[in-house]
Amino acid sequence: MGELVLSIRDLRVTFDTPLGPLEAVRGVDIDVHEGEMMGVVGESGSGKSVTFLAAMGLLPHRAKVTGSVTLNGQEMIGASNKVLRNMRGGLMSMIFQDPLSALNPVHRIGDQIVEMLKAHQPKMSDKDAANRAVELLDIVGIPQAAERAHQYPHEFSGGMRQRVVIAIAIANNPKVLIADEPTTALDVTVQAQILEVIERVQKYFGTAVVLITHDLGVIARVADRVNVMYAGRNVEKGGVDALFDHPSHPYTRGLLASLPHEGVERLTPIIGFPPNMLTPPPGCGFAPRCSHATDACLVSLPPLRAFGDLETACIRAEELVMKAGLS
Amino acid sequence: MNHPLLQVENLVKNFELRANSGIRKTKRIVQAVSDVSFSLDKGQTLGIVGESGSGKTTVGRCILQLLDITSGTISFAGKILSGLSFEEMRQIRRKMQIVFQDPFASLDPKMTVGSSIAEPLVVQGVAGNHEDKVASLLELVGLAADHAKRFPHEFSGGQRQRVGIARALALDPALIVLDEPVSALDVSIQAGVVNLFSDLQKRLGMSYVFIAHDLSVVRHIADRVAVMYLGKIVEIGDKKSIYEHPTHPYTKALLSAVPVPNPTTERSRSRIMLEGDVPSPVNPPTGCRFRTRCWKATELCASSEPQLVVRPTGQLSACHFPE
Repeated sequence: MGELVLSIRDLRVTFDTPLGPLEAVRGVDIDVHEGEMMGVVGESGSGKSVTFLAAMGLLPHRAKVTGSVTLNGQEMIGASNKVLRNMRGGLMSMIFQDPLSALNPVHRIGDQIVEMLKAHQPKMSDKDAANRAVELLDIVGIPQAAERAHQYPHEFSGGMRQRVVIAIAIANNPKVLIADEPTTALDVTVQAQILEVIERVQKYFGTAVVLITHDLGVIARVADRVNVMYAGRNVEKGGVDALFDHPSHPYTRGLLASLPHEGVERLTPIIGFPPNMLTPPPGCGFAPRCSHATDACLVSLPPLRAFGDLETACIRAEELVMKAGLS
Repeated sequence: MNHPLLQVENLVKNFELRANSGIRKTKRIVQAVSDVSFSLDKGQTLGIVGESGSGKTTVGRCILQLLDITSGTISFAGKILSGLSFEEMRQIRRKMQIVFQDPFASLDPKMTVGSSIAEPLVVQGVAGNHEDKVASLLELVGLAADHAKRFPHEFSGGQRQRVGIARALALDPALIVLDEPVSALDVSIQAGVVNLFSDLQKRLGMSYVFIAHDLSVVRHIADRVAVMYLGKIVEIGDKKSIYEHPTHPYTKALLSAVPVPNPTTERSRSRIMLEGDVPSPVNPPTGCRFRTRCWKATELCASSEPQLVVRPTGQLSACHFPE
């Protein structure tokens, strides 16, 4: 594994709502190393997006963020706007689900890339920046990049727009690229293309990529390591092969079991639904839906701990493995 | 009398686009569905898959007569659906229902779920005790009878979708069009709703047209599958032959583009990477509509449109150079 570039420690995010404080992220630890593809998987409301919005300093002021996020050794939580501005788009970039709302409709896409380049490299000449913009469009696989640079976002298809957004995000050669559901709005054949572009960026520039998604298939295709999130916590993490081969947490197992598989007559859903984060259970967030939960699970939030080649937040992981082995 | 429950023949649906270019008014036509034919037997499920712009949703709306068709015929239980009087159509509508994708938008936030479920009964003037019927419908879809008094915002996405299903079942339909019914749900919730569809079909014997872009869910639930591309069916047949022996290059590419949740399989799979996006349906390619993205395309594909032909593995596909 490469050098540690992004380290999130005990991150907590609380939103003030009319109904009281809502803790969307409740003590998350994530490490991202140079050049790796880190998958973050979880369902809606699991806190996966909020974690990285907080890391980027992109949450509104009313969100209370505590804990530590260090990027290349620089603390991001509580950093000044100037530091954050330097980091964002420089060392760390983020792309989102909807490429159209990420682009300015009234500017040519070439100019939008130039803007990003010059924001971080003010000494770059106009000509160099324009050339670099075309180069970037070429890298992300836009044909006739030189001509397309003069076009506007509406002249591009959804998949091509997402490529443009990626070109902007990697303009300053960031150490970390955070991709929040980058292919969810796209058709599968286009999704395959965009995943390929993201992988190319990762391999070509050695950029670490954090891929946030709800799609376990996408994770299996591209991730090196995986973080599974549930109710604002990491519940399991580890290498992609270990995690899919012998998941330790009942939630991860439930998630995998609920997917349609060839030859399976009946699907196995996870009963119930995620907890209301205004009144989260005191113990394991998954306990109310877990068929293995005991009284001990309801007492306090289980911490993440090493378990074989994985890390798990299930206090009964050992017993459950034994049980699965016996049955 | 042995006719299929639903028979669609040569269905065409055009939409007119009015655009003002300068002072001239131009009229352009989008052929959203172009010459689509299929049939569906009682108690069976036909899956319709395709990417955005393939026309799969439009087919569903045309079946239910929610859109006026441009040409072709749709027969339901042996009766052709065009040219019927309002009253005749009203009688047929009872037997055909729809469940929408978005469980948040498809329920009126100001109505209790009980009155939403009872609404089809009221509209159709069904006599009897609606409360009891609503209670039994709620139980049928895995909710509790006392949920009837609650409002949609009190339910999760999966529960709301169950309410939508209960409403579709209120008039004991013979056919339900399911338009992306689980795509808005989280996977752990999705599985329960998919199971519910299977259970209801076993119990009540209705037919489904299951429209989805998720090929793995369709594989699970459908008996037959139609693959659509730019308004046309490119391949249709038994689930097994479509998934195990796809003969149309597009079907093959689509199947290979879906990532499977298994890292080992993913690494060893050979993938067909399609170039570009789906072309605009306003101006579809000549000949085979898939040819602009097809690695096998030749001049023949541009000049002559391939017709659906029976393949050795049993399905129909429209390709000059089948796999």
